[in-house]
Amino acid sequence: MNPPLRRVAMALLLMFGALFANATWLQVVNAGDLRTKQGNTRVLLNQYEHQRGPIVAGNVIVARSVATKDRLKYLRVYPQGEEYAPITGYYSVTLGFSGIERQENSILSGSDDRLFVRRLSDLVTGRTPRGGTVKLTVNPKAQDAAWDGLQGKVGAVVALDPRTGAVLAMASNPSYDPNTLSSHNARAVTTASTRLNTDRRKPRLNRAIEETYPPGSTFKVVTAAAALESGKYTPDTVIPAPTQLSLPQTNRKLKNFGGEVCSGSGKMPLKDALRISCNTAFAALGLRLGADALQATAERFGFGRAPLELDRAAASVFPSNLNPPQTAQSAIGQFDVRVTPMQMALVAAGVANNGVVMKPYLVKELQGPDLAPLSLTEPKVLSRAMDAPAASALTSMMVNVVNNGTGTAARISGVTVAGKTGTAQHAAGAAPHAWFIAFAPAQNPVVAVAVLIEDGGNLNREATGGRVAAPIARAVIEAVLGR
Amino acid sequence: MTAQTITATEQGDRRTTELVLIVFALLLAVAAYAAVGLGHNDRVPASLLFYGAGLAVLVVAAHFAIRRYAPYADPVFLPLAAALNGLGLVLIHRLDLASSKHDNAPLQLVWTMFGVAVFIGVLVVVRDHRVLQRYTYTAGLLGLVLLALPALIPARFSTVNGARIWIRVGGLSFQPGEAAKLALMVFFAGYLVAKRDVLALASRRVAGIDLPRGRDLGPVLLAWAASLLVLVVEKDLGTSLLFFGIFISMLYVATERRSWLLIGLGLFAAGAFFAYHTFGHVRDRVDIWLHPFNYAQGQGYQLVQAMYGMSFGRLFGSGLGQGRPDIVPYANSDFIISTVGEELGLAGLMAVLMVFLLIVMRGIRAALAVRDSFGKLLAAGLAFAIGLQVFVVVGGVTRLIPLTGLTTPFLSYGGSSLLAEWAIIALLVRISDAGRRPEAVPQTASPDDALTQVVRR
Repeated sequence: MNPPLRRVAMALLLMFGALFANATWLQVVNAGDLRTKQGNTRVLLNQYEHQRGPIVAGNVIVARSVATKDRLKYLRVYPQGEEYAPITGYYSVTLGFSGIERQENSILSGSDDRLFVRRLSDLVTGRTPRGGTVKLTVNPKAQDAAWDGLQGKVGAVVALDPRTGAVLAMASNPSYDPNTLSSHNARAVTTASTRLNTDRRKPRLNRAIEETYPPGSTFKVVTAAAALESGKYTPDTVIPAPTQLSLPQTNRKLKNFGGEVCSGSGKMPLKDALRISCNTAFAALGLRLGADALQATAERFGFGRAPLELDRAAASVFPSNLNPPQTAQSAIGQFDVRVTPMQMALVAAGVANNGVVMKPYLVKELQGPDLAPLSLTEPKVLSRAMDAPAASALTSMMVNVVNNGTGTAARISGVTVAGKTGTAQHAAGAAPHAWFIAFAPAQNPVVAVAVLIEDGGNLNREATGGRVAAPIARAVIEAVLGR
Repeated sequence: MTAQTITATEQGDRRTTELVLIVFALLLAVAAYAAVGLGHNDRVPASLLFYGAGLAVLVVAAHFAIRRYAPYADPVFLPLAAALNGLGLVLIHRLDLASSKHDNAPLQLVWTMFGVAVFIGVLVVVRDHRVLQRYTYTAGLLGLVLLALPALIPARFSTVNGARIWIRVGGLSFQPGEAAKLALMVFFAGYLVAKRDVLALASRRVAGIDLPRGRDLGPVLLAWAASLLVLVVEKDLGTSLLFFGIFISMLYVATERRSWLLIGLGLFAAGAFFAYHTFGHVRDRVDIWLHPFNYAQGQGYQLVQAMYGMSFGRLFGSGLGQGRPDIVPYANSDFIISTVGEELGLAGLMAVLMVFLLIVMRGIRAALAVRDSFGKLLAAGLAFAIGLQVFVVVGGVTRLIPLTGLTTPFLSYGGSSLLAEWAIIALLVRISDAGRRPEAVPQTASPDDALTQVVRR
């Protein structure tokens, strides 16, 4: 019986060999695929195994993890809730993550390569691993001012440091409470998510960067920049300002806001045209500059790409292949020109920073779990929108708007504010969107702001950018300046 | 045979070897237990002393039983079994920690105690394995009754998770199939020894293969039908496969004829085909095996989660107490091997499989060494049973073959299985002792001389 016994032994060896080979396939060769498979809850549980690092703005904690007695060991909480939701995003068991939570996940979770040495020492010393800290550029006072200003209205505020591109405030209203999406109760999260997604006011939309609007008269700053940059115009250059502008190739006529007369003489200096926001003057100016020059200037201010990489950030658009009537309308921010509030903040910041547009950024610094600095964000130039003399000239024109023109609501005693209003008609019969862009102090700017209020806010059809949006911009500037 | 050259001193050395290996096995279990505590909540648990001492007392008692009743036995069986049983206790304790509901490890320690008692009992009662041959047909009847019992009693006493393989009385539950496995192997060995000549020699040559006579096919067909019956009535794919595999392999060893293997494989194929097309639960198992991720949220959840866990284990594992093996349903019974893979990694899984392989190969070695046919067949059957069971359950959990649902010997939580495994090891120890016992030792020196003489024919 021994020969068959040996063969049975061989068969058993083969069977075990197959088990060895298969286990190697499962745990080593194919393991990567399995680990990244959708529905592998271990990935998620691992994420909740260690304390995730906090997100802070100045001395305000906007996101942190607290220990629980759950199967998921840490709960993500957002003490500031709705106010910072467009920035922090959420960190959800079932929905994944968004915002800074997504963007800086590797640091917050502690899996970043820059934390490798730290992880190694955690392993050796038995110290509990933790995630790193993300310090935002956001100025909590400015953010509060922006958020307070938006209450009762639908809109967005973006404030930048024009010298660096640091985002000082980014608020959007209505917003959502990220705590509801970060709950460990999957059913509650689903309910909250469904409610938010079906809410017609779109609370999950970050209006500051994800939605585009017609810029209205705030776009005249770009048109004016194109004119000054061309070298053919100064603030004092007298340009045609008819009561009605006959658009070429059509029999339509372009009128001023409320059918007003800009100038009895039918012409006026460029600076006055901006001060009173004369549509016919800027439309005519746009026609003379040409669509290509307007588009080139717009793109130098950042149009055509999403300047801040976060979530579903949208690019602002200055359309191509415009015919003359379209060019005239586009020059005053109508037709198909679409901008995000972030883009209009960049326009203000570009003028403020001697024509240099800095790339906006939200993260000031990344720190390890021991608060040791890992990286400090270096400001980057996004583009050069105009030369310094032209920017200086445009600044004086925008100061004139606030001091003597449509933007007087943004005046701050003791501070020179430069600004431009916008009142964008976007649908027949609907209240216009109210815009205001500004920067201050005019000669040494430390803050640039864009405010958008959808459908005129509570002033409805009486709304103008000067009345609705400018006071919010002023509050944000005052907050940054510490007033 | 080498056994004849073994002297009394070598026999003493062999028991010392065994004791050293036992110490090693106990250290392994204790270290693993401490690692679970450290990994789970950063301290060595106080219960370590209780488990360590409990296991040590039991295994050392078993060791002394071998010294007394099977002094020439192969010294690796007990340490290997103790290592696996100890690791099983650790893993079950580890899974207890992950769940607030379960407290299975203390119970498993009690079962270990009974298991070792069975081990010692078998060694004491069965002084010579050939005694068992006298009970061939008794064992066969007993095996069939035990196998059929869950199907005969009302389903509410016997069905757990769809498989009708239990006997539940009060709070206790018992899987008679495990004991049946043992009884039937005794029956197969006795029956085949008696009939091997006729099964091996009488044949017709068809197409170059020696085929047995039609009437000799009877027992094979009977075993096949019984296996299918287990499958149909008790819905126990694993046991069905295990019994049939053991029977065919023993038949092959007994007759030394490949035609029996071919017939066996043919019957298996036919049975599998029939089962696939007739029974929904068999088809489900195959579908889940082929496309587990299509069933990831339903019937395939367990398998998919086990695969996820093992993929997380990678080469060296998460460390005991630091993975999430509890995500896998029934992690402490059928799927305990996924816990090994996740927390001890491929390295740990390989080591555990290697321990099983060592037991199996030592069993085959005992079969080779023992002189009587019955002992050879029984040892071969016992060794093959362990090997096949490990293959079927580990292969199922790692998706090498469709999942059938068997316990992992010694590791899985469950009393009946543990008891049966200890009995199997005891029989292997007994047979290896017989194979290594020097002929030179005078029979009169042995206290069980009289009994032995009666059996020797």
